[in-house]
Amino acid sequence: MLLGFYQRIVKKELNSMAEWTVVEGMDKGQIVMYGLSTCIHCKKTKEFLKELGVSYKYIFVDLLPEDELNSVYDEMKKFNPSGSFPTTVIKGKTVIVGSKLDEIKEAILNG
Amino acid sequence: MADNAVSQDRIRSKYNEILRVAKNGGYFLNPDKKFTCGLVEGLLVNLDRYGFESCPCRLTIGPEEENLDIICPCYYRDEDITEYGCCYCGLYVSGEVSRGEKPVVSVPERRDLKTVNKNREDPGAGNHELSHPVFRCSVCGYLCARNSPPERCPVCGADQKRFVLFMK
Repeated sequence: MLLGFYQRIVKKELNSMAEWTVVEGMDKGQIVMYGLSTCIHCKKTKEFLKELGVSYKYIFVDLLPEDELNSVYDEMKKFNPSGSFPTTVIKGKTVIVGSKLDEIKEAILNG
Repeated sequence: MADNAVSQDRIRSKYNEILRVAKNGGYFLNPDKKFTCGLVEGLLVNLDRYGFESCPCRLTIGPEEENLDIICPCYYRDEDITEYGCCYCGLYVSGEVSRGEKPVVSVPERRDLKTVNKNREDPGAGNHELSHPVFRCSVCGYLCARNSPPERCPVCGADQKRFVLFMK
């Protein structure tokens, strides 16, 4: 898959055992997306970030083994207590719930 | 889509089934067929993975009994269509949205993780003296006065498990 050229899997990160997919691009600060593999809105958000050309990482929470799933989901709920997807965290401070692409772009470029 | 093992034939046939049931019940599907088929694919992935068709845009955790509210059509669909013009994932829309008179918007999550699965009975249940208990379909609101809920909701087809005691 073409996508493979742009993606690098990081096995382990600080504070988290789970595998994140890192997409390389322009450094606009840390951009993190929690998504579901079955969700169209998550897919749309992920593709939007790729088109923006920024560096970001994402994780499909539904594909994680149970123990990792619970810890990653708990971590996500600290940012978005409703537990809904996608949850995008920009520069560790701006949390955008849902595929609100304009708001995501605004927070990345001007936030 | 990850762990994609759903054939186009299955998606098409499921789409047609959902469309038929929706039309019979006076519901409308999202007119963007590619988008809608993407959601149908997610439902089938979830069926294969969990054994029930939970919402592709929500996280399924635990057994079916703890996810009855998010099996499609979910308990939140009707209220979301009324308030926002479409359901949470965007599969079902209002007549206006289906005719392109209103856009599809982002719908906030109505499901409350803190209270979900805590209210198996309606709070009003038990305050009345009736000849028969009344059961309510949590999907479409259909009420029936009989000793047990029907195997399937005669209005929307929801399974018996998705009925709650409404009055007794």
